[in-house]
Amino acid sequence: MRDVRDALMTARNSEGKLVRRPLSPHLQVYRWPISMALSILHRVTGCALGVGTLLLTWWLVSAAGPDEAFDRAQWFLGSAVGLLLLFGWSLALIFHFFSGIRHLVWDSGIGFEAPTYNTSGWGVVIATVVCTVLVWVVGLVVW
Amino acid sequence: MVAFNLPLNSRIGQGQTFKAPAGTKRVRDFKIYRWNPDDGKNPSTDTYEIDLDACGPMVLDALIKIKNEIDPTLTFRRSCREGICGSCAMNIDGGNTLACLKPIEDVKGAVKISPLPHMPVVKDLVPDLSQAYAQYSSIKPWMQADSPAPPDGERLQSKEERAKLDGMWECILCFCCSTSCPSYWWNGDRYLGPAVLLAAYRWIADSRDEATGQRLDELEDPFKLYRCHTIMNCTDTCPKGLNPAKAIGTIKQLIVERQG
Repeated sequence: MRDVRDALMTARNSEGKLVRRPLSPHLQVYRWPISMALSILHRVTGCALGVGTLLLTWWLVSAAGPDEAFDRAQWFLGSAVGLLLLFGWSLALIFHFFSGIRHLVWDSGIGFEAPTYNTSGWGVVIATVVCTVLVWVVGLVVW
Repeated sequence: MVAFNLPLNSRIGQGQTFKAPAGTKRVRDFKIYRWNPDDGKNPSTDTYEIDLDACGPMVLDALIKIKNEIDPTLTFRRSCREGICGSCAMNIDGGNTLACLKPIEDVKGAVKISPLPHMPVVKDLVPDLSQAYAQYSSIKPWMQADSPAPPDGERLQSKEERAKLDGMWECILCFCCSTSCPSYWWNGDRYLGPAVLLAAYRWIADSRDEATGQRLDELEDPFKLYRCHTIMNCTDTCPKGLNPAKAIGTIKQLIVERQG
């Protein structure tokens, strides 16, 4: 269905001729507050996790299969590309986790006030960075 | 629908520059969105060099100075110049606000001004708000009650009941919040937007209104209400310091409670 707002895009000029109105600039001019950036990141990481989980599933499935299959998966995930994908996946997971908690708190009616939602936003960013670094430091040491 | 780019007829071109008189000391550039339905061209950005020593402190003062002294064709809405009419809502320096309440000094560098985002442009800084007004009327912004009013006076409220309306009755319907919301940009045909939902909650919270259940039922819709994803731009941008996001959150909670 075409957007009903389209009707408002048509107008008459001073001579009575039909003209098409422009749409005012939006993303082109809007200065992003932290919450707006985190909101779209929450969705992006959600989608990325869907794809990334396939990678993890492949690893688990290959672990149940013959040794060669598992070796192949291990080799790929241990390669530079594999590590980069895993890093992205862990970053997305940890961000989505903390951001999700922020959304749950909002759903319980708390945290809508002016400084709070900015503080909680930065809290999510800091927690994500700290936890991701921790996971990788521990991971790489154990590996 | 989501469309990150502007349609071809809405892309913004280069405009004219109106120089300040030679010898002006404190010059500030105002880069203003222009579109004229009569010239058949795309929108453009005109630059006006303003002498801050000969201009009032607010962005609206500069706009009025431009219209009076430099370029009478510049078109914008304004009325009360004290933040109570909501006419001069526009995007200034990347945020939606009222030009009359925005000090020029708060903006670093050139002052960029465009109409409220993602709206049809009537001319220059004037957006068409018909859709937003129609959505406002759809939530029946008046008191509904079946029981007759007391014969000897008004329907009374306790101080506590009245206090529940604080933070909502102050809304001046400037639509800074709705037009700051990406959800409203993409789905404004069906999503009511923060301004209208705040108004809806104003009547839901009113102790004298007897249509609370009906109002909640009408809002329970994947698009009308639930396109709010707590992006928080509404609360972030409200020039009156109100909190539409919180009102929407409360409506969501009340609907859950109503369903038991």
